[in-house]
Amino acid sequence: MSILEVQNVNKSFGGLKALQNVNLKVEEGTIHAIIGPNGAGKSTLLNCLVGKLTPDTGSVTFDGVSLLGKKPYEINQTGVSRVFQTPEIFGDLTVYENVLIPCFGKRDGSFEMNALMSVNSQKDIRAKAEQMLEDVNMADKREMRASSLSRGDKRRLEMAMCLAQDPKLLLLDEPTAGMARADTNNTIALLAEIQERRHITMAVIEHDMHVVFSLAQRISVLAQGTVIVEDLPENIKGHPKVKEAYLGGAH
Amino acid sequence: MFGLNKKDSILMIAVAALALLAPFILNIFPNDSALAFFNAGYPDLMQRFVIFGIFAIGFNLLFGLTGYLSFGHAAFLGVGSYAAVWMFKLLNYNVVPAIVLSIVVAAAFSLVIGYISLRRSGIYFSILTLAFAQMMFVTAYSDLLGRWLGITLTNGETGLQVYNDDPQILLGNGPNVPHLFGLEMRAKEVWDIGPWEFTLPVGYYLCAVLMLASFYLAIRIFRSPFGLMLRAIKSNQTRLNYTGLNSKPYTLAVFVISGMYAGLAGGLLACMDPLAGAERMQWTASGEVVIMTILGGAGTLIGPILGSGAIKYLENVFSKLNEGLLHDWFGFMPDGLEGALVWVVSKFTGEGWHLTLGGLFMLVIIFLPGGLVEGGNKIRSWIQNRTGRGSPPADTASTPAE
Amino acid sequence: MDAIILQLLNGLDKGSAYALIALGLTLIFGTLGVVNFAHGALFMIGAFCAVTLQRILSFSYVVEDPTQKDFLGRPLKVQTPYIESWFGPDFGSAIIDWSVPLAILFSIPIMIAIGFIMERGLIKHFYKRPHADQILVTFGLAIVLQEIVRTYYGANPIQTPAPQAFVGSFDFGSLLGFDPNVVIYPYWRMVYFGFSALIIGAVFAFLRFTTFGMVVRAGMADRETVGLLGLNIDKRFTLMFGLAAAVAGLAGVMYAPINAPNYHMGMDFLVLSFVVVVVGGMGSLPGAVLAGFMLGILESFASMNEVKDYFDGIDQIIIYLVAIVVLLTRPRGLMGRKGVMED
Ligand SMILES: Nc1ncnc2c1ncn2[C@@H]1O[C@H](COP(=O)(O)OP(=O)(O)OP(=O)(O)O)[C@@H](O)[C@H]1O
Ligand SMILES: [Mg+2]
Repeated sequence: MSILEVQNVNKSFGGLKALQNVNLKVEEGTIHAIIGPNGAGKSTLLNCLVGKLTPDTGSVTFDGVSLLGKKPYEINQTGVSRVFQTPEIFGDLTVYENVLIPCFGKRDGSFEMNALMSVNSQKDIRAKAEQMLEDVNMADKREMRASSLSRGDKRRLEMAMCLAQDPKLLLLDEPTAGMARADTNNTIALLAEIQERRHITMAVIEHDMHVVFSLAQRISVLAQGTVIVEDLPENIKGHPKVKEAYLGGAH
Repeated sequence: MFGLNKKDSILMIAVAALALLAPFILNIFPNDSALAFFNAGYPDLMQRFVIFGIFAIGFNLLFGLTGYLSFGHAAFLGVGSYAAVWMFKLLNYNVVPAIVLSIVVAAAFSLVIGYISLRRSGIYFSILTLAFAQMMFVTAYSDLLGRWLGITLTNGETGLQVYNDDPQILLGNGPNVPHLFGLEMRAKEVWDIGPWEFTLPVGYYLCAVLMLASFYLAIRIFRSPFGLMLRAIKSNQTRLNYTGLNSKPYTLAVFVISGMYAGLAGGLLACMDPLAGAERMQWTASGEVVIMTILGGAGTLIGPILGSGAIKYLENVFSKLNEGLLHDWFGFMPDGLEGALVWVVSKFTGEGWHLTLGGLFMLVIIFLPGGLVEGGNKIRSWIQNRTGRGSPPADTASTPAE
Repeated sequence: MDAIILQLLNGLDKGSAYALIALGLTLIFGTLGVVNFAHGALFMIGAFCAVTLQRILSFSYVVEDPTQKDFLGRPLKVQTPYIESWFGPDFGSAIIDWSVPLAILFSIPIMIAIGFIMERGLIKHFYKRPHADQILVTFGLAIVLQEIVRTYYGANPIQTPAPQAFVGSFDFGSLLGFDPNVVIYPYWRMVYFGFSALIIGAVFAFLRFTTFGMVVRAGMADRETVGLLGLNIDKRFTLMFGLAAAVAGLAGVMYAPINAPNYHMGMDFLVLSFVVVVVGGMGSLPGAVLAGFMLGILESFASMNEVKDYFDGIDQIIIYLVAIVVLLTRPRGLMGRKGVMED
């Protein structure tokens, strides 16, 4: 059963048609990769999913409910978390505090917010946050200010924050960009493990084909705002249309 | 201790000690010495130290934690004062109902104003709060609401005060000045010890105790998940939104809390001197609390207290300095130089205090955006480097973390 | 009917002042992204330029006039301005009489210089700092400027009369067939309105027809892109600031006869001008002008007796009330566009 369904979505910026009749189905429990040359409209598609942008036409359904017209925080409350292309983290806070925020937040959007209780006294929540940092191998950077992290570390932190929410669908916009090779491999392992252990559905935008083919169970190729192919990984390799999109494209 | 960690407990105890011993510390210079000019242990001044401390602590909860810069906080202080005086007029001079009502009324006003102003952020928010406060100032200054309702509500330019023919239904034989269950606010104990003279005013101690309570509450808020959330709002609202959290209710909550602090400060001002005037609500007054908070160090615990103390102290010293005194001080110099120096300095003292304040404020914003606390940290780490102990700068009071 | 026309006219000059200040605020905010709390101080300094010129021109020396005696029987001491002795009594006193219009020429270089110094010396260093810091530092500057003025000119308003030729009022009513002396409008206010219209027209023409203006408008629509074009933005920023300062200054110069200048007039106008900008739509120049006139006129309507009977004093808060309503119903203001200066 597909948990996310995008149907005939169009989005244009002035004269630029960023998305044209885009269709996408993500099956529950799978990892679905979205690839395509720069400027193909991948991030725009994600923006339409999380409520940052509203599609001009078309529908977006998640878990049987339409996401159109919902505010970003309402969409997140239905179980969709997103890792951004340029990391969105709490730069002024420490790494640990960054992870604490989603741990204090609950699925319905309420926040453990008794103003007089101390953060320190919340043993369960602190333990969960620490576990999250362990998972992404960042326990040693706990007390650093998040804005001083490297780009790859920021993204790993953002991933930990999203995972702390126990999302049903995790959207990742180039999760390994700016990471060293070793960290990239760790990230692949982490995502694979999460998917296996927690069955979180994921949609991953990625330029690194090593990552794509290690993880994806299905791949959509986007070029100039349209989905040109959607198929199993083995059929994407060497597909003539894909070759054309990349070689003839903007790259 | 009391739910505070060790560092915070030490800070709390230090502030409490300072506040309770202030009548002694501030009158440290013997009365007959030349330096007695720098003493500040008068009831009136000490009361202003702590009252504006409360005001700034509350303002800092909003601005320091969430980054929302309100330019209209004096309005809440003003309504607090009016509410307190009204309690005196209607019931009696007991300060308890006055203080309670001033907090409640300020909360109501800040709820409405916050609800509307918080629809926008950044600059818009600042301008909106400024406009609201100015509107309230005009309304109070000409008693527009009262005129509309056909009653005297703020008594316009004259200011609101208690008259003999006011109802004061609970007055009975009670004192005719503000009091706490009979303990008069203006009562004081004067201790003469050798050349020293120390004044221990009742009113000051009431304000100081309430300031300590406010400070304690502020620490708890800083350290709570709510405080963490507020700092997250300042840092990145986008991420918060994509974490399923709507920041609006939390910002509104802290806006109201900080409005209540302002109301308490306003109520206390009226308890010390049962008058309320519109000038307390003017934008200059709102600007002053902004200046205090930033000068001390916005977003730090101790900053607002340092800032309000420093500003009120300097205001006192600078306003008292007149040309005669300056001539005395610079008298040892050659005449021409003395004249020139007095002329220059006199532009910054007395009436010129506001010029000094504006200039000082600009310097702080330009060179020391973290205020006195940042300055202190810089000096400390410099000393540590000089003494060769390469330990990283400890930031006790400055970091809200942990 | 006559009362309505009268209030319409009365609203024009205040509206003009709001529009001119709001225009400068919007120019600075739109191009530089800085909220200038010291903009009102520039208006105030303009007004004091008029005061200063009037004083300079009236510098006098004392001569004894043996033909006249004072009450003690001594020769009367007569103050004679230098100007009169240089240019002859008639022409000299005419110059003094016309000192306010002359102050326009006097103030332009001063205001532009102040604008340049402010931008180069202070604001420049705050482009990359948070909005709150920008607000705070210009707020500090506003205090400093107004306190300096107070130190030298005192706290009391200083009467600065308009030229004799403009004293008195024009009887609009008789022109339109009402009774004489019902709808009258002081000449100087007419001048002020005409002058403001001229300046507003000039600023818009400048922005529309020069390449400089085109870059500025593009910058207001999309600051980042213009930055990427590799144009020398810095220099233009400075010029822009000088221009905005001059506009505020001129508004102040000509306002001096309408309202005797005092040191805090800048801040009084600034708060209302902010409201004007927000109502007009942050970043929209036509919005600023439109809202300026609209609110000025509205304010004057609210001071009509018919309205005051219903709600006394409404004229003092009507602008704020309108601002709140506009903001609740149209959060971007009357002419603000989506995506431009959202926060
Ligand atoms: N808010 C916007 N306003 C105008 N144009 C936009 C906006 N967002 C994206 N675009 C344009 O839409 C097109 C698609 O952009 P998008 O960011 O979705 O590409 P992408 O596939 O994510 O590329 P990349 O691999 O570089 O991240 C680009 O031409 C971009 O310039
Ligand atoms: Mg992208």
